[in-house]
Amino acid sequence: MAGPLGNSETEQQAGADTDATPEVLEEQLDILIIGGGMAACGAAYEVVPWIEAAKEQGIELDIKLVDKAALVRSGAVAQGLSSIDAYLGGQDPADYARMVSHALMGITRDDLAYDLGRHLDDSVHLFEAWGLPVVKRPGDEDKTLAEGGAPLRSGHWGIIVHGESLKPIVADAARRALGSERVQEHVCIVKLLADADEPGRIAGAVGFSLREHRVYVYRCKACLLATGGGAGLFRPRAVGEAAGSGWSPGWSAASTYAMAAEVGAELTMMESRVVPIRFKDGYGPVSAWRRRFEATFVNCDGDTFLSTNRAILEAYAPYGQSRVPPPCLRSHLLLQELREGRGPIYMNTVAALGKLAESLTPKEIKQLEAGVWQEFLHACVGQAGVWAGENIEPEKRLAELMPAEPSLLGSDVGCCGLWTSGPEDLGAPTDEDHDDRDRVPSHLPEGWSWGYRGMTTVRGLFTAGDGVGASGHKYAAGSHAEGRIAAKAMVKYCLDHPDLHPTPDTPAAQLAEELYRPMRNHLAHRDQTTDSSINPETITPDMLLLRLQKIMDEYVGGVSTLYQTNGHMLAVAEQKLEVLKQDAHRVRAKDLHELLRCWEHHHRILTAEAHLMHVRFREETRYPGFYYRMDHNRIDEEHWKCFVNSVYDKSSGTWTCFKRAHTDLVDKSKLFKDD
Amino acid sequence: MPTFVRTETCDGCDGRERIACVSICPHDLMALDLDGSATGWAKKAWNREPSQCWACYACVKACPQQAIEFRAAADAVPLGARVQPELGDAFIAWTIEFRNGDQNRFEYPVRTRPADSIEPYAGKAAAKLDRIGQPGFFDQDEPTNPGDPAELIHI
Repeated sequence: MAGPLGNSETEQQAGADTDATPEVLEEQLDILIIGGGMAACGAAYEVVPWIEAAKEQGIELDIKLVDKAALVRSGAVAQGLSSIDAYLGGQDPADYARMVSHALMGITRDDLAYDLGRHLDDSVHLFEAWGLPVVKRPGDEDKTLAEGGAPLRSGHWGIIVHGESLKPIVADAARRALGSERVQEHVCIVKLLADADEPGRIAGAVGFSLREHRVYVYRCKACLLATGGGAGLFRPRAVGEAAGSGWSPGWSAASTYAMAAEVGAELTMMESRVVPIRFKDGYGPVSAWRRRFEATFVNCDGDTFLSTNRAILEAYAPYGQSRVPPPCLRSHLLLQELREGRGPIYMNTVAALGKLAESLTPKEIKQLEAGVWQEFLHACVGQAGVWAGENIEPEKRLAELMPAEPSLLGSDVGCCGLWTSGPEDLGAPTDEDHDDRDRVPSHLPEGWSWGYRGMTTVRGLFTAGDGVGASGHKYAAGSHAEGRIAAKAMVKYCLDHPDLHPTPDTPAAQLAEELYRPMRNHLAHRDQTTDSSINPETITPDMLLLRLQKIMDEYVGGVSTLYQTNGHMLAVAEQKLEVLKQDAHRVRAKDLHELLRCWEHHHRILTAEAHLMHVRFREETRYPGFYYRMDHNRIDEEHWKCFVNSVYDKSSGTWTCFKRAHTDLVDKSKLFKDD
Repeated sequence: MPTFVRTETCDGCDGRERIACVSICPHDLMALDLDGSATGWAKKAWNREPSQCWACYACVKACPQQAIEFRAAADAVPLGARVQPELGDAFIAWTIEFRNGDQNRFEYPVRTRPADSIEPYAGKAAAKLDRIGQPGFFDQDEPTNPGDPAELIHI
């Protein structure tokens, strides 16, 4: 059932210079899934049985998944994982919602976290059934998780897996579910299309092929936008040849947030960012070292400052008072050491392994060593290369740590994203009852649920994974499960709206012209200078990105100011970003590869602006260690224990930020009792 | 953190349906130099934007010729190390060569069943449309961890 846009069987390389006139293909669908990561693959798996059930009733729904890369290794899980970081295994979803809330400094939607918590284990059970090796506790090796097998835990919520092939496994299941004819690879969607008759409703999306000069216009009733989080908005610590080795993969281009904002969807908590502590220069994860081997952070004097300086966190009560402090406060303690000149900071691998060696057999030590390296080899190979080049054998030499540049994510220890409709059975608010209610734009829904789970404030536009804001700690399995929850709701939406005839508000030819503008910019000016990349009329996508990263780094709390900013610096950044947006119209693409970069950077710039506006609006320091508003350098529970949301007006290029009330649906005081 | 392609072993996936590295790179970095105008090596692959490589190793693992390797970023890491995988059907083997000549070799399982054997819906019940508005996935009557209702303070 390949539509007019069936996959091409051969890989093609577009020539460097072209006549810049793409062929335009249009396709009519009911459901469009944009993205190919865990959330999109979850949606692909769940949607098919519901479509089959609808078919039994005589209702045919056409669907397609469109991925800018190849499904087998796309998304943030491309290289694999060594742990599934959220698996309840019998723990109550209320405890999960409490953990999520606490890790994100108290401001999350309990309805979203709880709902995900009660669902997500099923996705882990599927992964295991599809062939993911899950490590069990001794005695339970032959039992699956679904049969009650006890997993080897990493902390309260994580489980250890041999996950090098997690993405190929999950992608294979998704492809078999949909059928290859409903999977379109190497087409990058860059813009969502509103309905001509009803601007608050989705009508489709447009993108281009990375292989041939084609623009694809999809019309759809429902659309899942699941294109991951945002990396590369800030200047990375790694530069030069290492620039792309950052904590989050460069293909996470903030497209989810930008495309949704441009079509008018409400964003939430875009001030939330992630500044993880990682092994230096390779961004290797530290969690196995901390949780499984009980290794500690030490400063240049060997002081274990996370314990000895714990009293500093009293200033951030109640968040600093729990047994396990939130990730940002851990970064806060480390940053104090750096600010006060007590670097380098190390993971004390020598002491941790030495202590374990006292009680273990040589065979067990060998297994331990394999476990240590697996965390790098299956989740961050680059770090293994750094240690091998530096001759770091962790039992003999301490390994240096460093906080990374900021990333924007909704599935990890960050909670930025889109404001989405939650479940109706958990006691969530149904109205807006707070002092700032009159500042919420009147076209936006009241309360936390407006009919379809996972739907944004644009009708028919759904999201999952990194796209769902005000929640977090979903990781791979949670994102997969959230994609499934949204897929089911999309089918319901289509069944409830049989008479919709989506009509995009912009003609296809005009869209094609807009998408290919960077190509035309290049052709118009390339012959004026001997080196076409240095041209007074155009800017290359590389330079556009570097300018964005410079602005964000220097004024919005990047690594060069140790994550500090203030209202004045933000005002300068706002003005510089506005000019950058103007210059972005002059970006050039000499081939399809550069055209991809042009549009990815367009998404980065708009998302960076959203981040800036939210950081500016929230006059407190909610996430010490991730960023500091130095002019409001404290947590202000009275005025800012609330969501900060925003909408973007594409025609004027302006943002409106406003507050929505926060409410607990589960009792958070339990977090601060002894456990 | 770039991958690089060995000139003596890359065959440009000549005769294969897809060019493995070009197809699989999640960041659109690997390209085929059809006429040799970019690299001097016609019909061989190359990494056209090495500074954007995430070291995900997707191309290294997928190359049918084992022609792709990885060198850590020269502006950050001393030369002389090598980290190379061999991905099989059920296991992956990694060789880590340190700058000082030391070597480590690790093997891990990657799949408990063959790659082409997944039957996504085997043994699953059909979806019931009358439950489409309720919690739970298509084959469930309630979610996996329904939770203690007493924990919900507004219910």
